[in-house]
Amino acid sequence: MKDNILSVSDVTGLIKQTLEENFSEISVIGEISNFKAHVSGHWYFTLKDSGAQLNCTMWRGLNSYVFFTPQDGMKVIVSGRITVYAPRGNYQFDVRSMKSAGLGELQAAYERLKQKLAAEGLFDEKYKKPIPKYPSKIGIVTAINGAAFQDIKSVAERRYPLVELIIASCKVQGEGAAAEIAKSIELLNKEKDIDLIIIGRGGGSLEDLWAFNEEIVARAVFNSEVPVISAVGHQIDFTISDFVADLRAPTPSAAIELATPDKEEIFSFINDFSCFFPEKMVEKLLNFSNEIGRTLSSYGFRMPQDLLRNKSQMLDNLLFRIQNSFDNSITGSKNLLALLESRIQSHNVDSILEKGFSIVRQNEKIITRKKQLEPGLPVDLEFFDGEIKIK
Amino acid sequence: MSKKKESNFEESLMRLQEISELLENRETKLEDSIKLYEEGINLAQSCYTILKEAELKVSELKKQLEENLKG
Repeated sequence: MKDNILSVSDVTGLIKQTLEENFSEISVIGEISNFKAHVSGHWYFTLKDSGAQLNCTMWRGLNSYVFFTPQDGMKVIVSGRITVYAPRGNYQFDVRSMKSAGLGELQAAYERLKQKLAAEGLFDEKYKKPIPKYPSKIGIVTAINGAAFQDIKSVAERRYPLVELIIASCKVQGEGAAAEIAKSIELLNKEKDIDLIIIGRGGGSLEDLWAFNEEIVARAVFNSEVPVISAVGHQIDFTISDFVADLRAPTPSAAIELATPDKEEIFSFINDFSCFFPEKMVEKLLNFSNEIGRTLSSYGFRMPQDLLRNKSQMLDNLLFRIQNSFDNSITGSKNLLALLESRIQSHNVDSILEKGFSIVRQNEKIITRKKQLEPGLPVDLEFFDGEIKIK
Repeated sequence: MSKKKESNFEESLMRLQEISELLENRETKLEDSIKLYEEGINLAQSCYTILKEAELKVSELKKQLEENLKG
């Protein structure tokens, strides 16, 4: 009996040996609950079914090979071994790898996250930011070597080469992709002068596109100050990031088309302006000049002119009358002058002498009366035809 | 430098649109129309040249920036 008594450490050691030897390489299917991703990078969760539960750990480094982030309720297949932790006297499943129990599981996880984020309001229209019409810089979150980036570049080149593309290259599928995408969105936001961010990748399977269905990406898109266009896969693929983004584009090419104005449209606008507006201006000037013409011929504008004509006529009349009376007075004066002249003419000495009268002078003075004559002095007699001196 | 040029382009284009609306508006005075028209023709010319000569620029976000932010 005494030999059968074991210490706690002994029995725990035996259990540990038994369990770890017999369950060193097993796979277990179950539903995840109480999932916690610790800041250390390790994962802690419980795997359960209707009758039992199993504590699980998955260490950092190993869990980075899982392309999806586990969610409570997700059915997964985990592989690894059972370990016993002696100080606590408990056993746990040390998970080496994890995969979803089927595509349906991913689909279900997608639906659960979508419901959760929708309930939180992350998809609400009120949070959607407008997409700038003429962006200067567009941040692109995708793999620099991927087809999506090539498509984006060629469309930008064709439509709006004035834009600058800032590529924040990252993994777009597989382990760690979601974290890189989220990080790239944050980095572009720190750049300050980015007008718009496009996140996306080309087409692929649900697993390939899965990073864009991760909560960390959804949160990064939601928290982005810069408007985000999500363009993942093809037309038929809808990812969680599509719902959170300010705009969803069916493909990366479509995203850059939505993000940039068309060069040709701008050129045609400029051409319209350059061709149409000279005509427009001529028309405008014509309108103005017609208006001036109409105004001038209006009754109001004719009034002063008529008034002016009346006044001018009146003035003409006055001048005419003045002219007349002046002319009349000149004529009168002329007549008077002629009369006077003829009178003067009639007093002309010659005409008297001619008639036979004579002029008597003494000392050069004309003697017209008898008493003026001084007897004894010489007298000059002037006749019409000559003078005679009488001594 | 290039940033400034590009935002000038956007402003110019916006202004051009504004001018085209103003010119179509019958309320605009003749004197203003002539000034606007002159401004518009110049803007149209410079926008055309800028866009015609533009070449797509692509740059990669520096990895070291990421490192700095981690540190």
